Amino acid sequence: MADIPDELASVSVTDPVKRLVVLPFKKAIEIAYKSIRVRFLRSLITTLSLVLAVAFLSFTNVGTDVADGLLSTGDVDSRQILINAGYDIGPEDTSVAASAKQRWIVILSLVVCVVGIVNAQLMAVTERFREIGTMKCLGALDRFILRLFFLEAGMQGLAGGAAGAVIGALFSFLNATISFGSIVLVTLSWRAVLLSILSATIVGFLLSLLGVVYPAIVAARMQPVEAMRAEH
Amino acid sequence: MKDKHNIVRVSNVTKSFNLGKIDVQALKGVDLAIQSGHYISIMGPSGSGKSTLFNMIGGLDKPSSGKVFIDEVDIAQLDAYELAWLRCRKIGYIFQTFNLIQVMSALENVTLPMTFAGMNGDDATEKGFRLLELVGLADRYHHKPSELSGGQQQRVAVARALANDPAIILADEPTGNLDLSTGEEIIALLKNLSRERSVTVISATHDFKMLNVSDQVVWIRDGRVDKIENRDELSISLGKIGAKE
Repeated sequence: MADIPDELASVSVTDPVKRLVVLPFKKAIEIAYKSIRVRFLRSLITTLSLVLAVAFLSFTNVGTDVADGLLSTGDVDSRQILINAGYDIGPEDTSVAASAKQRWIVILSLVVCVVGIVNAQLMAVTERFREIGTMKCLGALDRFILRLFFLEAGMQGLAGGAAGAVIGALFSFLNATISFGSIVLVTLSWRAVLLSILSATIVGFLLSLLGVVYPAIVAARMQPVEAMRAEH
Repeated sequence: MKDKHNIVRVSNVTKSFNLGKIDVQALKGVDLAIQSGHYISIMGPSGSGKSTLFNMIGGLDKPSSGKVFIDEVDIAQLDAYELAWLRCRKIGYIFQTFNLIQVMSALENVTLPMTFAGMNGDDATEKGFRLLELVGLADRYHHKPSELSGGQQQRVAVARALANDPAIILADEPTGNLDLSTGEEIIALLKNLSRERSVTVISATHDFKMLNVSDQVVWIRDGRVDKIENRDELSISLGKIGAKE
């Protein structure tokens, strides 16, 4: 037995039979979905900062849409109302541009949100060390772990982004109706609003993916032994 | 020795851990050959290097020097894919802390390795049921680990370890977190599996109940193999151990 040369022995591993471990995409989605559902509260907290940031983004964008709608009536009164409300409109402008300050605040809130997501996801990874290690002992590749984390983050991003975008838009309507009256709902371009909500959702989705990159890499790189040791 | 092949061979393995400034040698040159189909217990006090050796055999950790062969394949030569394949198909792991995936039901826990192995959903479910039946938990397939007792969780873990019909079952202190009678049940279950399915069972333990069922006991002391006893020699020395403890 002992006199089998090492080269020969290792040849048998790479023999023609394909030795692959797989995780079908459908199954991965199922696992990720269940994982979110079971840890619902945890996921909710991770997603909450995203919801708030996206809501803010959507609030400002829809606010701009509302003002645009009001401006498009070409009414001198409504132009004056908008200027009184603090919008920076020149006499020739036909659309309301978000001010630099406003844009800056939105970007800042999104950055803070990403940092929050990274933080929350890192905690989630630490909590799940044992689970990750176990999966690796059962034959999971680094890629599977990455895929699971990205899928979870993607779902959280879509759900959180959509919720935030809708909430932000609703608040924006509420705000506009209070300050300008119900006329805004007539002058408003619903297409622009829908576009704003959609883009805010996509931003939320992308931010969630961005936030999980580092935590997912940490999780995937972990050696199974370390994972088993983590909670001992 | 010749008729049965060595499923695991450990050759002059050392392992040192770097703890800050000092190097700790957990294993100081271990040689070991384990024949297929045997029930092996690795015994030794905590800190003896038992768990380290166990991790080496399972391909969970790499030796600092020396070689570990599984089915005469040097596992240091394997790339990440082949290693994952080995863990998935060749080796079934059982842990002291059960390590079931908490968010999955018993059945899903058992079928997960089959999914990794590329088995389709229906076949995996059917086989999962059969394995749960084998360990006596068929009626609790939809329960989450948190809804099962320790012994039941370990049974699920045994079923999971068998998912891809591995050649080797590695059990790290399988009875460590169980009470006396549940521990005995698990031991009996493992012994049955080793006999009926001719699976090689290797368990690291300091549970003396394990001795009765072992074909071979490897005593580890201070990073070295102290002695290897076969079953027939055991009954004599068992009295001595009892007296010593």
